[in-house]
Amino acid sequence: MKAYLTRRYLFSASHRLHRNGMPEEWNREIYGKCNNPHGHGHNYHLEVTVSGPVDSRTGMVCNLVDLDGFVRSEILERFGLQNLNTLPEFASEVPTTENLCVAIYEILRRGFTKAHLEKVRMEETMMNSFAYAGGAEIRE
Amino acid sequence: MVYLTRKAEFAASHYYHNPEFTPEQNRAIFGKCNNPNGHGHNYTLEVTVKGNVDPKSGFVVDLKKLKDVMNREVLDAMDHRFLNKEVPEFFTQIPTTENLAIAIWQRLAPKLNAARLHRVRVYETPDLFVDFYGEA
Repeated sequence: MKAYLTRRYLFSASHRLHRNGMPEEWNREIYGKCNNPHGHGHNYHLEVTVSGPVDSRTGMVCNLVDLDGFVRSEILERFGLQNLNTLPEFASEVPTTENLCVAIYEILRRGFTKAHLEKVRMEETMMNSFAYAGGAEIRE
Repeated sequence: MVYLTRKAEFAASHYYHNPEFTPEQNRAIFGKCNNPNGHGHNYTLEVTVKGNVDPKSGFVVDLKKLKDVMNREVLDAMDHRFLNKEVPEFFTQIPTTENLAIAIWQRLAPKLNAARLHRVRVYETPDLFVDFYGEA
């Protein structure tokens, strides 16, 4: 029996949306308030969905201790309470929540082997959210 | 095709234990959830059905009937119960959220007439939920 397990996490970080190499006016026009040179922050809600057969001995898709441990050490400690613009992931990418979603998906895809990664969904505020499944269609 | 979701809440207790494992293995795999006295959650259940909108009634499904089936098949059996000891599916299976979603699907699927069951989502806490789509 295939089931999908979703865990939610919370971290806070700051960012500034700015494309290096483009004129100041272009950045101000595209990114608006998000282009403020001093940056601003969000409380990001992260949702990680993994899938797989439910193990008949444990009743689990994967042990949450393993998922929580991986997310804590590889994602929350890397991005939490940081200025995203200063991190290597965003040396050449603008730290939009779209790009953050893709970066987190790739960290999980490469490093988390205990279950199949289905998708990563992020809420930047209560009013907007982003989801990435490695290019696959997302089933809501 | 229109999708309709109905929510319900129930409170239940459970613990995780596999009699085939040694006590040490049970503690290592299930951690605090292995406490045989159990612990509880406020579960939120979301049942999503799909179907065509009936041109006469404008309904995908009669919500009253869906609510009655959810109450009879799930809430009456599981609300304010110790899942391991009072719900037959969990005499032999571990009442993880995964198995709970599967058991609820299997209880509801044969009882829904006009609409087809699309998804069963069970929230164990606001930060943890399982989706089951009836896939083998």
